Amino acid sequence: MNWLKSIIILLAAFVAVFLEAVLDGPRDFLGAQIDLLPAIIVYASLSSDLVTVSLVAVLGGLWLDTLSANPLGISILPLFAIGFLIYPRRGLIVGDQFYPRFVLGLAASALVPLLTLLVLLSMHRTPLLGWGTLWQLFAMSLGGGLLTPICFWLFDALNNALSYLPVAESSFRPDREIRRGRN
Amino acid sequence: MLKRPHFIALGLVALLALIILNLPHQAASHIKLAIGGLFLPLFGLSKSSQQLARQAGDAVTTRAELLRQNEQLRRTNQVLQLLASQADATLQENNRLRDLLNWQRQSPWNDRLRLASVIARDPANWWQIVQIDLGSRDGMKTDLPVLGPTGELVGRVSSVSLTRSEVMLVGDANCRISARIEKNGQTGIIIGGASTWDHSLVTLSYLSGVGNVKPGQAVVTSGMGIFPGGIRVGQLAEASHMTEQGFAEVTVKLWADPGVLDEVWVLLQ
Repeated sequence: MNWLKSIIILLAAFVAVFLEAVLDGPRDFLGAQIDLLPAIIVYASLSSDLVTVSLVAVLGGLWLDTLSANPLGISILPLFAIGFLIYPRRGLIVGDQFYPRFVLGLAASALVPLLTLLVLLSMHRTPLLGWGTLWQLFAMSLGGGLLTPICFWLFDALNNALSYLPVAESSFRPDREIRRGRN
Repeated sequence: MLKRPHFIALGLVALLALIILNLPHQAASHIKLAIGGLFLPLFGLSKSSQQLARQAGDAVTTRAELLRQNEQLRRTNQVLQLLASQADATLQENNRLRDLLNWQRQSPWNDRLRLASVIARDPANWWQIVQIDLGSRDGMKTDLPVLGPTGELVGRVSSVSLTRSEVMLVGDANCRISARIEKNGQTGIIIGGASTWDHSLVTLSYLSGVGNVKPGQAVVTSGMGIFPGGIRVGQLAEASHMTEQGFAEVTVKLWADPGVLDEVWVLLQ
């Protein structure tokens, strides 16, 4: 298990939640705050192990709910559901291309708020909902979808900068060297 | 495709989520406060970086810009001097009228107001919550009224930590406020946002009738419940209509736009 990668992902989730709380730009411009956690969980599911996926879902969900009026723990299950859907199928997903990353980010950014709202409503909470919510979901999905490939690029760059690169093994083996000549 | 470890992880995470969701409210609040403490360095960093950016901006202002600002300030100063002299006259007249009516000379709230900065907003789009930079160490308590820059109602303090407090804005469905239409004295309850597009529109419900209710009439707090009476809330945005439950409802345009709040007043007890 690559602990450095896991720590980078968790730190990014922590900073992402903080930025969502303090940056008003997207809210003022689009009318909705874009959630970065779905993009991070997509990255964790495609390029990390199950422990990291679970940790991002649990800690990211708790951090988000702490700075929000959400009941504590409500964001954990929607985030983990996305990870749980992607992680076992990651061998089938071409995760190094822009388009699959965008589509996965788009779907995750749409599903996470929808599932969270579903859990909220099933707990008889009264979130502010209306026709504008559809626009907010659209903006969150599109924004999350576009930010997912950027997240991948950033994480890969960070990981390459901070990790040891694997030593490339040469295909040369002295015992299988073809010696030419008469002797 | 799904293996045993996947189901174990699913079970553990689901169990943990269920335990956390079913914690007693007080325990969940304590945990929220504890986890929220992790963000304190980032909030501090954000504040100092804003100050640094402002100082850096001040340092690189050009002479032409300074001259332009100087000229503008001079003009503003003249206008303000004129306004101040008018205000003096108004104040004297006001004091005279108060004396005549034997009212209190000054607002009873003057020494109870604390200025706070809005430092964060709820990351989720379905709540109308902001965080301010005053906490229990500054005398904050839950249910204290929060007012806008010119004294209009903004919301109430919903939870308090040592250095920060959460303010539930009037547009949030959980921030119910007893309000009164000033003109006809009809009392109702503000039950949350009327629109997800425009957060300055809220619904005033449970009114007894639709008569004599016209757009533009002022709405103030009724004095019943946790807020003192007479705090300006907004003005009626449209004529009222009857609901299926037999109550009249009307949309109110708030005086304080919740989207542009940077500083607020907290009315201490």
